[in-house]
Amino acid sequence: MKSYNFYPGCSQLSSAEEYGVSASQVSEALGFHLETLEDWNCCGASSAHMTNHLLAVALPGRDLAKAKERGGDLVVVCAACYHNLKKAQIEMLEDEKLAARVEAIVGMDPHFEGRIVHLLDVIAEEIGLEDLKEKVRRPLEGLKPVSYYGCLMVRPRGMIENDDPDNPRLMDDLMTTLGAEIKNWSYKTDCCGGSLSLTRTDVVVTLVNRLFEAAEEADANCIVVACPMCLANLEMRQKEGRLSFGLEHDLPVFFFTELLGLALGLPSAEEWFSRHLIDPRPLLYGAGLA
Amino acid sequence: MINALSSGLEREVEERSGEKARLCYQCGKCSTGCLFDFAMDVLPHQAMKLIQYGQKERLLRSHTIWICAACETCTARCPNDIDVARVIDSLRAMALEEGIKPAERSIPLFHACFLGNIQATGRISEPILMGSYKTFSGDLMSDIGLAVEMLKKGKIKLIPSVVKGRREIRHIFKESKP
Repeated sequence: MKSYNFYPGCSQLSSAEEYGVSASQVSEALGFHLETLEDWNCCGASSAHMTNHLLAVALPGRDLAKAKERGGDLVVVCAACYHNLKKAQIEMLEDEKLAARVEAIVGMDPHFEGRIVHLLDVIAEEIGLEDLKEKVRRPLEGLKPVSYYGCLMVRPRGMIENDDPDNPRLMDDLMTTLGAEIKNWSYKTDCCGGSLSLTRTDVVVTLVNRLFEAAEEADANCIVVACPMCLANLEMRQKEGRLSFGLEHDLPVFFFTELLGLALGLPSAEEWFSRHLIDPRPLLYGAGLA
Repeated sequence: MINALSSGLEREVEERSGEKARLCYQCGKCSTGCLFDFAMDVLPHQAMKLIQYGQKERLLRSHTIWICAACETCTARCPNDIDVARVIDSLRAMALEEGIKPAERSIPLFHACFLGNIQATGRISEPILMGSYKTFSGDLMSDIGLAVEMLKKGKIKLIPSVVKGRREIRHIFKESKP
């Protein structure tokens, strides 16, 4: 079985555990293995690059040095990790002075020349949507998702390899392949306000509700994402909460790996769905999918 | 409001970010696409103009530099290929290094707690991050309902995942200090 180095990212160990688990299981079912990068550390997320540029390269620099030692490509599922690792890689490969500085700091060679790929790309390249169609056990009939990419996978230009940064289609095509009726909307790459979630919740609530309203207007019955920050924000930030937690919209939000796992007939899919703050099970029961 | 001009601002921004603010010709595409404009006091294209004018104080004291969420829509749309988001990153770093009182108190505090969490354990752990931020911000009451809900769904792990190379991580922080 083909094996890839895998950078899980912090969210996939806690708030988005179902994303990491479903990513690994879906990969196995499709015939490749994700091998976690030994002793990886946080990429620094928004807080590093927003306040200290050198730190924002040096933190991923340690991960890239470890990936270089292992050889091969590096697969990522979190859009933010993907963005930060890839940016650090490009900067260090283009700026030798910076790379030398990072090398001195981390004590390892950070010139990683392998590819950093999002799992979406791996599935499209490695399996191909035509072949994937053959593997679908349970077509997702009755699901009408809009795909929501957010910012960090698609920007800046060139960030996503096999897709259009202004109107990405990969997740849409994947959902169509799985038998879902994908809906068009104009909010695919709008920001959800991830980094302000705890600090300016008011701003984030405005953006998140706009997204739900647009999804409802597009006649969608769920939203599919490829970023744990987007999913967390959509599920948690429909209202400014204090003592009680509330929802304005009940449209379930899925990781693309969860819907892929469901369509492939993986038995553990039910466990993933039980972890969502917006319970997707009524929708799935209604569609005869669970 | 006229502040003292700091003619070196353009150069300082360029040294930090590699970006030439003087290339901005005020087309306004960055501000048109910005989703955070409603919470900003200086719009992105105005920020570029203020850099050209050397209005450092005004920029470093603005809400804008903290409200920008780095979604990079401005960067993607700039017809002159200016990485506007990177320019704003450099303004934030300047504000912190110069000890300027931030217009948004909670946002730099959150970044400090976030980085403090990485420095301590190498990875983000929700209890450490939320606990430290809520304690230092004094905003203890908000999100209690959410935290309960997250605990019920197993979305908060009480035992943090810690990297083995903690000394390496601490070294990275020490050597990356501005």
